[in-house]
Amino acid sequence: MPLRIIELKGSLFTLSVVKIYSDSLELISSSLSKKLASAPNFFANAPMVADLEKVDDTFPLSELVALFSEFNLVLVGITHASEQQKSYASTHGLAVLNAGKTAPESTEKPEIPPDATNAPAFVASKIVRGNVRSGQQVYAADTDLIITGSVSAGAEVIADGDIHVHGALRGRAIAGAKLNPHARIICQNMQAELISIAGNYLLSDSINSDLWQQAALVELNDGKILISAL
Amino acid sequence: MAKIIVVTSGKGGVGKTTSSAAIGTGLALKGHSTVIVDFDIGLRNLDLVMGCERRVVYDFVNVINGEANLNQALIKDKRVNNLYILPASQTRDKDALTRDGVGKVLEELKENFDYIICDSPAGIETGALMALYYADEAIVTTNPEVSSVRDSDRILGILHSKSNRAERNMDPIKEHLLLTRYHPERVAKGEMLSVDDVKEILAIPLLGVIPESQSVLNASNSGCPVILDEESDAGMAYSDAIERLLGETIDFRFLTAEKKGIFKRIFGG
Ligand SMILES: Nc1ncnc2c1ncn2[C@@H]1O[C@H](COP(=O)(O)OP(=O)(O)O)[C@@H](O)[C@H]1O
Ligand SMILES: [Mg+2]
Repeated sequence: MPLRIIELKGSLFTLSVVKIYSDSLELISSSLSKKLASAPNFFANAPMVADLEKVDDTFPLSELVALFSEFNLVLVGITHASEQQKSYASTHGLAVLNAGKTAPESTEKPEIPPDATNAPAFVASKIVRGNVRSGQQVYAADTDLIITGSVSAGAEVIADGDIHVHGALRGRAIAGAKLNPHARIICQNMQAELISIAGNYLLSDSINSDLWQQAALVELNDGKILISAL
Repeated sequence: MAKIIVVTSGKGGVGKTTSSAAIGTGLALKGHSTVIVDFDIGLRNLDLVMGCERRVVYDFVNVINGEANLNQALIKDKRVNNLYILPASQTRDKDALTRDGVGKVLEELKENFDYIICDSPAGIETGALMALYYADEAIVTTNPEVSSVRDSDRILGILHSKSNRAERNMDPIKEHLLLTRYHPERVAKGEMLSVDDVKEILAIPLLGVIPESQSVLNASNSGCPVILDEESDAGMAYSDAIERLLGETIDFRFLTAEKKGIFKRIFGG
């Protein structure tokens, strides 16, 4: 048996993507500091990917890297990069990533440029096309989670925002994971093992049998979980 | 292009080996050169079900380790043309299967066969992960009971995230549901899940429904895949599944409790 020195394994990690809409480093800097102030712990040393789709091909990556490190953010890669940016990345230890299918931009909502005054920060929903199977866990950080299929018994879906399940919800759904009391869970067929909003939860036994296997909306009302038919 | 099909389930004892033997044999009967590979290292069941246990000289692990070549390890079936078995090792453990080693053997098999059927061990550990890793299609073998359905669901998640096709962002593995040990009477009594229940939960296309049948036990005791027992219900159900696997659309049989004969209906019974 040869001594094991390294092992290559495929693994899935959650990366936050920072989509940049402005070429102005000043504006990016002020937007970043606002974002960070709202959730400092979440971003500390978190691996980030910069999405450069909306910026100029000549946008200087070196300065963005410097800016990120000022904020203690770890930039691990870039996506939607120009050739120039890619060549910078390849010589500076940054990964060039192809944007995944999991978080496409919503086509309905207009993009809000960061320099529009007082515009709320907008994070595109996370979408899973298909089913979340037993043993799998999906987390939508700082946004809503949309599942086009079903969530199996033994699977867990978590979002800091709302959760929409277009099929049956048979597993666990945890909305408002960072204690947002306005988060909701909406599903086409309620058979959940557990539903939770902002830390308040209900087990399947406690779900009203009239609503079982029905389309349902779950929200928080006076700190109590309320389920109603859709 | 050769196809790698894994017969998998998560749960043990649901009929993976029985189905691998029947489906491999059925494809060969249809004229496709086929090899069935036993990934259940340490247990070695496939050769018993195929009735070639006394002809095993070298095995899958020997080939991976370069101790034998494929020609030495492959066992030719004596009944059906174009059908071969690559037996598992009884003496090694599942860690003998490395991803590279398995990949190389499968590549070599692809040059010589139309279909490579991988009989997976139970569980979601190394052996099962190796069996499904290189698959193009998966036959998810499920019994009509809650724990089996749950394990199959879990395997479907793994097919989506931990297979070669998933990791390389290729087209996903084509999934088929094979419902085995189906007992219409017990389903009617509500003791088991129905075909529709299972289909709804797993939400993948149905390849076949194999009834619980004495003929399967007879077949494995005599080392003869049940699909060769053309008179048996299970044999016919496997033949139907082969047709569907090859793209035909045919009705499902053996879904309801057997109708009573005319005399019994008239005279009671
Ligand atoms: N359709 C069936 N009817 C009756 N017995 C079956 C059927 N399918 C499988 N069996 C029996 O169930 C047991 C487990 O089957 P096997 O194919 O070895 O399962 P696995 O490979 O999934 O562990 C065996 O004894 C087999 O004969
Ligand atoms: Mg087996």
